[in-house]
Amino acid sequence: MHPAPSVIIFTTLSGLGFGLLVFLGLGLPAVTGLTAFWFFAIGYVLAVGGLMSSTFHLGHPERAWKAFSQWRSSWLSREGICAVAALIIMALYGAGLVFFDSQWTILGWLGAALSLGTVFTTSMIYAQMKTVPRWHIPWTPAKFLTLSLAGGALLAGQAFAAIILLLLAAAITIATWIIGDGAFKASGTDMETATGLGAIGKVKAFEPPHTGTNYLLREFVHVVGRKHAFNLRVIAFVFAFVIPILLMVLLVNHVTAAIAILSHLIGVAVARWLFFAEAEHVVGLYYGKR
Amino acid sequence: MAQPTLELSPQVSDEIRKTTCYMCACRCGINVHMKDGKAAYIEGNRDHPVNQGVLCAKGSAGIMQVNAPSRLRAPLKRVGPRGSGEFEEISWEEAYGIAEGWLRPIREEDPSKLAFFTGRDQSQSFTSFWAQNFGTPNYAAHGGFCSVNMAAAGIYTMGGAFWEFGQPDWDHTKLFLLFGVAEDHDSNPIKMGLGKIKARGAKVIGVNPIRSGYNAVADEWVGITPGTDGLFILALVHCLMKAGKIDLDYLARWTNAPVLVDKDTGLLLRDKDGKELVIDRATGKPTAFDTQGVQPDLSATHKDGHKPVLHLMAERYMSEDYAPEAVAERCGIPAPRIRAIAAELARVAFEESFELPITWTDFRGETHTSMTARPVSMHSMRGISAHANGFQTCRALHVLQILLGTVEAPGGFRFKPPYPKPATAHPKPHVKVTANSPLNGPHLGFVHGPEDLALKEDGTPVRIDKAYTWENPMSAHGLMHMVISNAHAGDPYKIDTLFMYMANMSWNSSMNTTGTMKMLTDKDENGDYVIPHIIYSDAYSSEMVAYADLILPDTTYLERHDCISLLDRPICEADAAADAIRWPVIEPDRDVKGFQSALCDLGARLGLPGFTNEDGSQKYADYGDYITNHLRRPGIGPLAGWRGENGDQTGRGDPNPDQLQRYIDNGGFFVSHIPDGAQYMKPWNSAYQDWAVSMGLYDAPQPYLFSLYVEPMQKFRRAAEGHGDIQPPDHLRARVRENMDPLPFWSDPAPANMVDEYPITALTQRPMAMYHSWGTQNAWLRQLHGHNPLYMPTKLMRENGLSDGDWAKVTSPHGSITVPVMEMAALNENTVWTWNAIGKRKGAWALDNDAPEATRGFLLNHLIHELLPPRGDGMRWTNSDPITGQAAWFDLKVRIEKATAPTESQPAFPPIKSPVGKGPKDLAWKVGR
Amino acid sequence: MTQLPTSTQKKLGLVIDLDTCVGCHACVISCKGWNTENYGAPLSDQDPYGANPSGTFLNRVHSYEVTPLATSAKPHPTAQTIHFPKSCLHCEDAPCVTVCPTGASYKRVEDGIVLVNEADCIGCGLCAWACPYGARELDQDEGVMKKCTLCVDRIYNENLPEEDREPACVRTCPAGARHFGDFADPDSNVSRLTAERGGIDLMPEQGTKPVNQYLPPRPKDDLPEFDVLAPYLEPVAENPGGFIGWLDKALDKLPSKGAN
Repeated sequence: MHPAPSVIIFTTLSGLGFGLLVFLGLGLPAVTGLTAFWFFAIGYVLAVGGLMSSTFHLGHPERAWKAFSQWRSSWLSREGICAVAALIIMALYGAGLVFFDSQWTILGWLGAALSLGTVFTTSMIYAQMKTVPRWHIPWTPAKFLTLSLAGGALLAGQAFAAIILLLLAAAITIATWIIGDGAFKASGTDMETATGLGAIGKVKAFEPPHTGTNYLLREFVHVVGRKHAFNLRVIAFVFAFVIPILLMVLLVNHVTAAIAILSHLIGVAVARWLFFAEAEHVVGLYYGKR
Repeated sequence: MAQPTLELSPQVSDEIRKTTCYMCACRCGINVHMKDGKAAYIEGNRDHPVNQGVLCAKGSAGIMQVNAPSRLRAPLKRVGPRGSGEFEEISWEEAYGIAEGWLRPIREEDPSKLAFFTGRDQSQSFTSFWAQNFGTPNYAAHGGFCSVNMAAAGIYTMGGAFWEFGQPDWDHTKLFLLFGVAEDHDSNPIKMGLGKIKARGAKVIGVNPIRSGYNAVADEWVGITPGTDGLFILALVHCLMKAGKIDLDYLARWTNAPVLVDKDTGLLLRDKDGKELVIDRATGKPTAFDTQGVQPDLSATHKDGHKPVLHLMAERYMSEDYAPEAVAERCGIPAPRIRAIAAELARVAFEESFELPITWTDFRGETHTSMTARPVSMHSMRGISAHANGFQTCRALHVLQILLGTVEAPGGFRFKPPYPKPATAHPKPHVKVTANSPLNGPHLGFVHGPEDLALKEDGTPVRIDKAYTWENPMSAHGLMHMVISNAHAGDPYKIDTLFMYMANMSWNSSMNTTGTMKMLTDKDENGDYVIPHIIYSDAYSSEMVAYADLILPDTTYLERHDCISLLDRPICEADAAADAIRWPVIEPDRDVKGFQSALCDLGARLGLPGFTNEDGSQKYADYGDYITNHLRRPGIGPLAGWRGENGDQTGRGDPNPDQLQRYIDNGGFFVSHIPDGAQYMKPWNSAYQDWAVSMGLYDAPQPYLFSLYVEPMQKFRRAAEGHGDIQPPDHLRARVRENMDPLPFWSDPAPANMVDEYPITALTQRPMAMYHSWGTQNAWLRQLHGHNPLYMPTKLMRENGLSDGDWAKVTSPHGSITVPVMEMAALNENTVWTWNAIGKRKGAWALDNDAPEATRGFLLNHLIHELLPPRGDGMRWTNSDPITGQAAWFDLKVRIEKATAPTESQPAFPPIKSPVGKGPKDLAWKVGR
Repeated sequence: MTQLPTSTQKKLGLVIDLDTCVGCHACVISCKGWNTENYGAPLSDQDPYGANPSGTFLNRVHSYEVTPLATSAKPHPTAQTIHFPKSCLHCEDAPCVTVCPTGASYKRVEDGIVLVNEADCIGCGLCAWACPYGARELDQDEGVMKKCTLCVDRIYNENLPEEDREPACVRTCPAGARHFGDFADPDSNVSRLTAERGGIDLMPEQGTKPVNQYLPPRPKDDLPEFDVLAPYLEPVAENPGGFIGWLDKALDKLPSKGAN
């Protein structure tokens, strides 16, 4: 899949933002007034900024409002609804903390649930794609949720939770890589089923339908070198998990926390790039590509 | 949310205008849907005899041809050096003035100083008429490098060949045998026919080194070694004759198999009226072949030892030289497979035969109550034709068809009017040049002996292309591919003006492209161009434009009049005679003019008799006027439909002033069906012969025998053996004697192409979605084929350590190219190939200089020369068939080695300046928006 | 309308005959021409005369080489070339429809045609992600998703003669390799062809239940070995002399001598 910067930025930032909002909704940390304002501001900048970024790749962003209509079947529609609901509820909850110095707990829990739900619906947009076997595994939502929560914990200054969640996310990330590497083969889709010609013999792509490129090749066929991918996985893992955990375990202060967050952000962004770039859409088979 | 309400019956267009396609040479009928006065959408015309509604990719992409940025906009005068592409736009008046200034003195002194050659011209009847009126003998179209072997072999053997000459009996055939590259001509009818065969589950055998296109759907693929088709066919003939699986009744009645051959001269025995003699099985006496009640005997020998043709064939083809085991290795086909195919031919022709209950009377007056089907059909085009042994190979194929009794039999091969038409019914070549006067007759025709050659009294060629000389006596289509090199060399003489139409000679239409560019720009010791003047007409900014001094801009095909005439290369079907027109369904938005209309103007300015009235005024205002009013013979004009003042006559009749409108009203074409009972066995079927006379196809019935043995060839051979007044020069004697064999034989073209050092054959074919160079300017088609790899068989890829996308250096005895490669498994293991004419010169066709056609695309033409490599005999032999002069570009031999990837395909040429600028960056074409 | 209808009245679709398709691209360009001029936005082309031309097409023809597995009877099987046209299969379980967030993508209740209502399309591309067949292309000029409409603006169009009320690709196909009809009707041309020739689903494991069916190529290169065919080539003579003798006898046996 084409690793579109807009989508990588969106999923990375909004995942982090909604993760922070989850913790804020649960009252972690229990902040009020100006402190609460800054925490909420960071959460909103990340979540809303991510959402805004995601509209950059739309052909018609002015019609984006129509996307709220199909919640019955569409995970993208559900994501939109969840995100807006989470942002509204959390705004009310945040207003209570910032302006009225009161914690409307139920509202917070609801906001936290919706924030987490937003991350889950985002993940399901990918996990539902049977056409991309690497994504079409239960570990995909698990990865999105744990990464979001781990990032949220880091931002919320919840050191212990952060360490636990980072360890969990690290384990799940490794699992998605290992399982994902075999997912295409396991899906049973190959050139023979794609063309229906398997009964005759081994199928090889000959002349392509067009000598130049097209939307499908640009969008769905992205080849990453094996060695390159491995190096990037190491970088992603070190930045997203190893550095933050070490920093959180060794000594916690504002500077190390900021470095840990930045490192985590870089790591998640690299992992997210890989999430797309390594994902192989079955349509590539028609072009003899994966 | 409810499902949206759709407009299910939108208005499709304001109007449909029906005309004829020109995206290739197939000439299908098209419906041009008009919106707001513009052409919006093109589809096939269901009523049209050629395509019956279907349309290929090229046809549907016509919209993008009509809006192509490469269209020329006005007459151009060269202002930079030749080849630079620097021009200024001028008026038509100035353009005509320049042309007249060059042409008038030529005509007054020596009309042969004009060489007028037209490329993919579909108005040869008209352009040749113009050239004839000018008086030059130097006229031809592109047949000499296209498929003259196929056409001439067919005409000499059976009075017609494939494509425009005839077609398989698609509705009855049970086995279809397809030889060689065939995707590019008669494309829709062949596809439609294949579809019919496939729908019935009948069998297709493809004989082709490359399994693409039609060969991909063939049930059996025979991946033959290029150039050996003749050997393979004669091995089939061997098997069939040995097994007696030949149609004796058919051979005895309709062919010259029983005709006696003089044992001393090799000529056919004839009676005092010149009729061929056969032995009558009833009387045992030599009798004229067409005598009523004669039973021609295939078995008996004349008392003086003269044998029938079939005996000579048995002596030759039953020889073990033609046994499958003897040819298998050279053909690259295992002997059992050759035998299996021969057996399958025999099985289907004779075991699956059936009778059609058609009563008919033959030319001997005998009435038959049925027709016997031989449901084996064949087709071939340039694949077997464009070899130095092509003529004899094409002959062999027709002999195979005839031995099986399939030609004109139900289920076999059927001629299309005006064919069948024997070689003797065609004109002979005319070359008598007189200053200020027309030529003495049509340029091109069929020779029947040395006396018909186009030689001056001193034995030198009359024609600049050396057609009809001892080098290639039966060059029925001329040799367009030799014109520039001969004119440059001044051999046989120098010319003053080269005038060409739709022929991309400085690029894909020449062998030896680099050399051709040099010849066109070469200067003499005075600093003048060796070819002093070049006039060129094209609709588009092709590579050739840059090499001309004066450009006459043609229109696109939707902006013009044309006639697809029975006098020319018609569009008939086996069931019907048909012709068609083009008419301006849109008006040009540029200062351009149909080339034929420009010739009407120019002809009048030059005072050519056929183009001026008695008072000296212009005879034809434009081509449409010519189509309506020209008479070739009394009552016979370019179009056969709606003749006579009231438009109620067919075939023959006076001009009808409303004729074009009648064609337009009828969908752009005219069809006259052959009567029932006359649709098969046409060369011998009285009902057909009478109908053909009524249509003006002949002036009298012309029944004839198929020529398994081609007597005119023996006449040339005898001359080479020292008989007669006109004999070949000594250095050509052996060659003429060997090649002018009246029975087909196979010769190997590989040694002359240095196969020992260059062991791989390199071929080109045209993709079905592209035609020549025209496709690359088409925004839709060039996305399908924007560059062309060299396809290599798996074995050669491995041997050379190549994988897809690598580059290879391909070297022939003449030159080398460096190009990208791609693997193909279903390919003869010693053959490589690529798509033809995808490669483009930078700056041409209004494409960007970094277009893939110019950076990754390439031509094989750079590897081919018009001459063969030197043999050490002091001579340079032409790279062509020694009988017809057909360019032998499928004989190309190469060697291949891996190369480091260059930045672009080699050789690369500097850009030419585009006289029309460049195209837009985006296209969202919607006329009816 | 993003939910799929539980059933449709008709199941309109195509049968594509891989035994007959010669790979000429006629359907590709005919489709491009019709759909540029008709339903919705034109199919645009970027850099049409430049280095990297790329446009929107709703139907494309791939080609494949298939090498049969070696057997003891055929140790060196011949590779086959197969042309493979591909456009929207109008799946019964069309994943492209259910993922659409705006309802722009829908499957028609009347005939099962899958369409994009361009006025509602936000160009998110998700439907193209969900389609395993590459049937959808986002038009770069218009920013909306384009796909095969099965020429919904032709097949019911009363401004067209009845015989033209079929998709443009079917009408134009020179070899007759494309057939249009109603798969819900077991007696339709497409149902019969599918049954007779063993029509197949592409990527059945994706669970999309495609309506369009592909007819597999008939067995190739299976001419019987020569020994089976040998009786048809039983020699009548070994040399020209024997042949002429045979001729004499054979001519006597010819049934039709003289007028009949």
